Amino acid sequence: MKADPIGVLTGTHFFDGDHACCEGALAAGCRFAAGYPITPSTEIVERFAQRAPLVGGMFLQMEDELAASIAIQGAVWAGAKAFTVTSGPGFSLMMEHIGFAAMTETPCVIVNVQRGGPSTGLPTLPGQADMMQARWGSHGDYELIALAPSSPQECFDLTIHAFNLAEQYRVPVLVMMDECVGHMTEKVVIPPASEIEVAPRRYTRLPRGEYVPFHAGPDGVPEMVRAGEGYRIHVTGMTHDEQGFPAPTVEAQQKLVQRLVEKIRRNAEAIVRYEETGVEDAEVVVVAYGITARVARRAVELARQQGVRAGLLRPVVVWPFPENRIAELARRVRAFVVAEMNLGQIALEVERCSAGNAPTVLVPHGGGAVHHPEEILEVILAQARTEEVLR
Amino acid sequence: MPEEAPPEAKKTKKVRGTVVINLARCKGCGFCIAFCPPQVLEFAEDYNPQGYHPPRLTDPDGCTGCDLCGLYCPDFAIYGIMLKNGAPPSAAREKSDES
Amino acid sequence: MSAPVEAPLAANPVEAVLRSFRMPHIWCPGCGIGTTVNCFARALEQSKLNLDKVVVVSGIGCSGRVAGYLDLDSFHTTHGRAIPFATGMKIANPKLTVVVYSGDGDLVGIGGNHFIHAARRNLDLKVICINNFTYGMTGGQMGPTTPVSALSSTTPFGCFEPGFNLPHLAESAGAVYVARWTTYHVRQLAHTMGEMLRKNGFSFLEIISPCPTLYGQRNRLGDGLAMMKHFKQQSVLRHGAPTKEVGIELQGPIAVGKFVDIERPSFLDVMNEQLGRTLEAEYAGCVKDHVPD
Ligand SMILES: Cc1ncc(C[n+]2csc(CCOP(=O)(O)OP(=O)(O)O)c2C)c(N)n1
Ligand code: SF4
Ligand code: SF4
Ligand code: SF4
Repeated sequence: MKADPIGVLTGTHFFDGDHACCEGALAAGCRFAAGYPITPSTEIVERFAQRAPLVGGMFLQMEDELAASIAIQGAVWAGAKAFTVTSGPGFSLMMEHIGFAAMTETPCVIVNVQRGGPSTGLPTLPGQADMMQARWGSHGDYELIALAPSSPQECFDLTIHAFNLAEQYRVPVLVMMDECVGHMTEKVVIPPASEIEVAPRRYTRLPRGEYVPFHAGPDGVPEMVRAGEGYRIHVTGMTHDEQGFPAPTVEAQQKLVQRLVEKIRRNAEAIVRYEETGVEDAEVVVVAYGITARVARRAVELARQQGVRAGLLRPVVVWPFPENRIAELARRVRAFVVAEMNLGQIALEVERCSAGNAPTVLVPHGGGAVHHPEEILEVILAQARTEEVLR
Repeated sequence: MPEEAPPEAKKTKKVRGTVVINLARCKGCGFCIAFCPPQVLEFAEDYNPQGYHPPRLTDPDGCTGCDLCGLYCPDFAIYGIMLKNGAPPSAAREKSDES
Repeated sequence: MSAPVEAPLAANPVEAVLRSFRMPHIWCPGCGIGTTVNCFARALEQSKLNLDKVVVVSGIGCSGRVAGYLDLDSFHTTHGRAIPFATGMKIANPKLTVVVYSGDGDLVGIGGNHFIHAARRNLDLKVICINNFTYGMTGGQMGPTTPVSALSSTTPFGCFEPGFNLPHLAESAGAVYVARWTTYHVRQLAHTMGEMLRKNGFSFLEIISPCPTLYGQRNRLGDGLAMMKHFKQQSVLRHGAPTKEVGIELQGPIAVGKFVDIERPSFLDVMNEQLGRTLEAEYAGCVKDHVPD
């Protein structure tokens, strides 16, 4: 399905990442946003509040992030596409409803423009320390999808992609921006609506009686209905059977949670997306995402200038993680260097996936500013010089 | 009923009704019995499968079919209906799909 | 014994909106929650609303289980968050009649912030609160409505914090319709619920309901029936009473009636008016018209 032209601001713009994200949501067909102001994400909903009434949508400022993250789900079950945006402390408040969306298979998008933490941390300065919270923040077993844009253009493109993935897999999709990407201004090209692919909601065609609300098709994803259509569905965050009713049994739990997890794990190869630069012949592969990937690219260039075969792997989809690719590379590269604006999160994942076949070296940063390319370069060079025997 | 009711109306007896009880659902709370205006319900001696004494009608002629018992019953186990000439409303009979 | 009657159980008015296949429900003998469901069923029947367009949203708790037993589109959300969920739903499709049906702990304890803000917005939500003076589902702890000196599992020596006066809270926050009854007042409940279904704006009904298993037993109030009889005795009909005066104390009088019924433009009316006036022809209307099929 193509985007509805009414929401698409076709043209070449000079946008910051926050505004680009808002336009991405509108282009994707999102017509309801709920949120609570928090730097550095607020510009997204400020723009949405400005634009939405002109395209048939609306922004609702809620009393807190708990409310915002569940109000969007009410809107989704009424038939709208909806998202909420936040940052650090607000993201923490949303955790329960990420779990609710995962459990009830409510397609929705949550944007986190990351700032330095923990707690109030650095309200106006960047961080990338919510990556594990994104993956594991709500209680219980579940899988979701998280994307990490590294430019305003990607804030636009990946927000659309996030809405599409949410509809396709009926999961909450997180757009894990960072303050730098959110506030940097660059050229953003918005194509004509006819060139924007938008995933429709997977509504059932079955009549009431034949429709089994949580019975999944071959890809593990059940078809949906919305309130008010006569299906008289029940949706609960409790462990439920295929009809949607509470089923507090070991068997129902195993069946449901297994499916919720499998629908992402089994389709991981189709969901995973990463970008590689100079990885083919690389002896040292840098793994970096978001704003840090841009700094890392410079470090890789500098390393190449010094005759070191360095490459960059940038996860665009961070969850599910490109684990097969890392495992493959681990068998032939000398080392992974992970640069991220935290004290070691995705580095743990790279280490896990490389399964001891190549060392993982972290270039940490406590947040508040980006790395210097030289910091990353130094580690690349050190790893390139490491003797084979020392590995 | 007004004093000057027409002769036909005078012939009709006072409102009569009865109750339908789903014995198995009852949890024996006694709400229906306590709040029945003409006090025509009491606990039956028998137990239901859940181990409770469900209500039973003591005076079939006394029930007005007011359905207060139906409003009170927290377990949806009883309700009252008005009888026309001693038979339950036909609409009710048609919908029968449960015993 | 009475003469056998042919009328089917299915003709019980509650069956029209009950998920009968899910019976028996989880509520204890003598719990008042089921009683309120009968009243709601009668109100729906009389409202002549298209039930396909009526949605019930609950939070978590014994009362929160109502959603699962009603044969409507029903959403059993998270603890305290039924109101914001309902808010998103109503705004995204204003044609839905959205009823929030939950417990006192859920709606005004953990969900208190949402409650006052929803009343302030005056979005057209029908909020039904089962007040049993305790957190039933978790074993009878004190809650935001537990009267001073009442025993609960977390106030073993008697509660020493005052509870909310819910009608007063609702009115102060902006509700346009506020009533209270007990589960003894079944006809009044059905009538009030009917009025709420017709009212445009944030309407609130508090239902004092027995939790014999926990609150009743701990405070030696007897079984469900004894508690119901107590409600009957202690209730004082006070239509239009200033809500300030209707707070409840342990075993004290319970003011019942309709306290507030005023007109105030609802959230969607104000929104459409404001956006229409400032944006004129550019205003593209609300969300629902743009929800793709
Ligand atoms: C976030 C969260 N905190 C706590 C709980 C545990 N919990 C479940 S129900 C409940 C209290 C419900 O009380 P109330 O709303 O008064 O309903 P009742 O059970 O009395 O009908 C609590 C605390 C929960 N489910 N979620
Ligand atoms: S229908 Fe009315 S009179 Fe008859 S048993 Fe029930 S409460 Fe009593
Ligand atoms: S009110 Fe219902 S559950 Fe209680 S005794 Fe009567 S029939 Fe049984
Ligand atoms: S614990 Fe209390 S509120 Fe919960 S079902 Fe039992 S009696 Fe009702």
